[in-house]
Amino acid sequence: MNQGLQFDDTGRLRHLLTIEGLSRQTILEILDTAESFISVGQREIKKIPLLRGKTVVNLFFEFSTRTRTTFEIAAKRLSADVINLSVGTSSTAKGETLLDTIRNLEAMHTDLFVVRHGESGAAHMIARHVPPHVRIINAGDGRHAHPTQGLLDMFTIRRHKGDFGKLKVAIVGDILHSRVARSQIHALKALGVDELRVVAPKTLLPTAVEKLGVIPCSRMEDGLDGVDVVMMLRLQRERMQGAHIPSEHEYFNLFGLTPVKLALAAKDAIVLHPGPMNRGLEIDSAVADGPQSVILPQVTYGIAVRMAVMALIMGGSPGRREETHPVAASRARAVVTTRKRK
Amino acid sequence: MSLVIQGGHLIDPANRVNGEKNLYIDDNGFVVGVGKSPPGFKARITVKAQGKIVCPGLVDLRARLREPGLEYKATIESEVHAAVAAGITTLCCPPDTLPVIDTPAMAQMLQSRAWRFGLAFIHPLGALTQRLEGKLLADMEALDEAGCVGFTNALSPVTDTLVMRRALEYAATLDLTVFLHAEDPWLRNGGCVHEGEIGTRLGLPGIPEAAETVGVARDLALIEQTGCRAHFCGLSSARAAAMVAAAQKKGLPVSADTTAHHLHLTEHDIGDFNTLCHVRPPLRGRHDREGLRKALANGIISAICSDHQPHEPDAKLAPFARSEPGISALETLLPLTLRLVDEKLLTLEEAIARLTHQPAQIIGVETGHLGLGATADICIFDPEARWTLIEDRLVSRGHNTPFLGQTFHGQVTHTLVGGKLVYESPPA
Repeated sequence: MNQGLQFDDTGRLRHLLTIEGLSRQTILEILDTAESFISVGQREIKKIPLLRGKTVVNLFFEFSTRTRTTFEIAAKRLSADVINLSVGTSSTAKGETLLDTIRNLEAMHTDLFVVRHGESGAAHMIARHVPPHVRIINAGDGRHAHPTQGLLDMFTIRRHKGDFGKLKVAIVGDILHSRVARSQIHALKALGVDELRVVAPKTLLPTAVEKLGVIPCSRMEDGLDGVDVVMMLRLQRERMQGAHIPSEHEYFNLFGLTPVKLALAAKDAIVLHPGPMNRGLEIDSAVADGPQSVILPQVTYGIAVRMAVMALIMGGSPGRREETHPVAASRARAVVTTRKRK
Repeated sequence: MSLVIQGGHLIDPANRVNGEKNLYIDDNGFVVGVGKSPPGFKARITVKAQGKIVCPGLVDLRARLREPGLEYKATIESEVHAAVAAGITTLCCPPDTLPVIDTPAMAQMLQSRAWRFGLAFIHPLGALTQRLEGKLLADMEALDEAGCVGFTNALSPVTDTLVMRRALEYAATLDLTVFLHAEDPWLRNGGCVHEGEIGTRLGLPGIPEAAETVGVARDLALIEQTGCRAHFCGLSSARAAAMVAAAQKKGLPVSADTTAHHLHLTEHDIGDFNTLCHVRPPLRGRHDREGLRKALANGIISAICSDHQPHEPDAKLAPFARSEPGISALETLLPLTLRLVDEKLLTLEEAIARLTHQPAQIIGVETGHLGLGATADICIFDPEARWTLIEDRLVSRGHNTPFLGQTFHGQVTHTLVGGKLVYESPPA
């Protein structure tokens, strides 16, 4: 369904709007490329000239520190020129439409827009209306998708757990309002995990969520039992206002990830969180800072994954790499440690 | 101008006519002969209708013409042209114009504006409460006198149940029909799609089915207590249709319509945020579409309307939830209904009844039939003609329809209003 918009006529990834519709092969391609970029961040000179002369605009209609910063670092490591725009407070407040904002920036010859917007479908709408040479990466749209977060979570899981086919995974928290959860679900389904559960009170589970191929659970005991990966979500503190939960205290008691609840999972289970964390609300500090947590590595991997996505859509062709391909060529230079995969 | 429609297949469900019959219309625009010419009748104009269906002009219970207030979207002039090109000769206009139709002057202005063009008739629906605020009752008697055929708060909910009760009681006092958009505003909660599979996939805030059923349940309880005659507008769910069916069985004076698009589209047509499918009430699941179709076939839903809402292009060029709801739908009303005949849900006669005689009965207007003495509002269409909906051939100012590019069966060739030929399709 998304194929039309995300891919060009030859099947190359043109925009990254959502993980839904990406093949297993395409996702692995991105993860493999990201592996090759990990080393760039470890070098003395953290730059490769892949996107030299290209202009990347980080267009954020919603406040963000982490995502915007990692996109900025990723683009700079690829030698692109980066401009950060927080539009929430400027032109849209003056009544300019979203499309007018994009058209204006386009007239400044931008090659790639990284877009975050509070409305689901904003990135799709923009992608539909930009000329063919302009690329869009969705950095989060409403409750819909946050594909680079989903991809960096997959990268993290693969690094620490390996083969997806054997894994039982639980996503815990505010599934209803979470774009991260939707992207994780599509990615994990495409990669063929053994079992995927979503755990939340019924007030925070979307209707018909099982149609996405997940098993809904409303008790941590059922949700965490024997899982290899626990993916926590951030809970907005204002959810009490919509009568979704009674209090932070009760939420933490029932759904907060404590060492006791984590003990229900497999012994070597890992814990992920997209950040920023609410310690004492959805996660206990003892877990967040504990040995099973991979929350900080997630941030490091996020840069490599975002570099990979940018490199691939700006010049790459997942699935049909050639030796002369810019990514392949740079990889030949940049790769220091590439993990062997089957 | 005396006129004869010759050789057509006349379908007039109100009078149980279904066969090849000539239709004779006198100088004053009335039907004076069905099948046989009245003595001494001399036609000055002959409309040849061989191979075509001749039926009453269509009656559309809900069409927003955008005038007054939103003339940048469409005007009465632009939309009555679109209406007659689609075989529609009578339109009901909801009161949520700017200003609201809550004064006799507004109601009269609308009708006289339409009358100036001499195309489709416009019947305003009056506001149920002043400025549609849901607090004070509108002057229903005066509005009734000024030509309003029903009373409604349109899409603005009357949240105060006591006000709703009083409004229904007062309307019952005057024997007026109240048009209800049953929806619980708290359950709607700013949603923009059906709360279901697609809303979950796309991360769009959903409107649960219960928003409609809770609204219908409340209104039915008040109807039962007040005895008010009521019409449910634009049912979207199978359960709500079943509730109306049960009420009818109990003998409550309730009728219902749905839109042509709810009979054909579901939430799945939204695909990847297709804002052209953003409508209110939302497109629901396949089960709901089937339930609505069944209710239509059983006669529980007795009218199909367009719920025409023309928009300027920018209204749909926004992220889904921010785009404005509504479809420009006048010109697909007949073709989409004929598709239900192709799909064997309705007979051609039943389909025409749901577009003519039955909606006319709901508004209590003497139209929608072609018996002797009836006003000659007539639609003639070629049931075999195939055509494709392209933007260039839309007459409406609004081009916002998800049916662009689709091929339809059945094309309007002539429309008469008051015996006057007001539309003739351009030669192919």
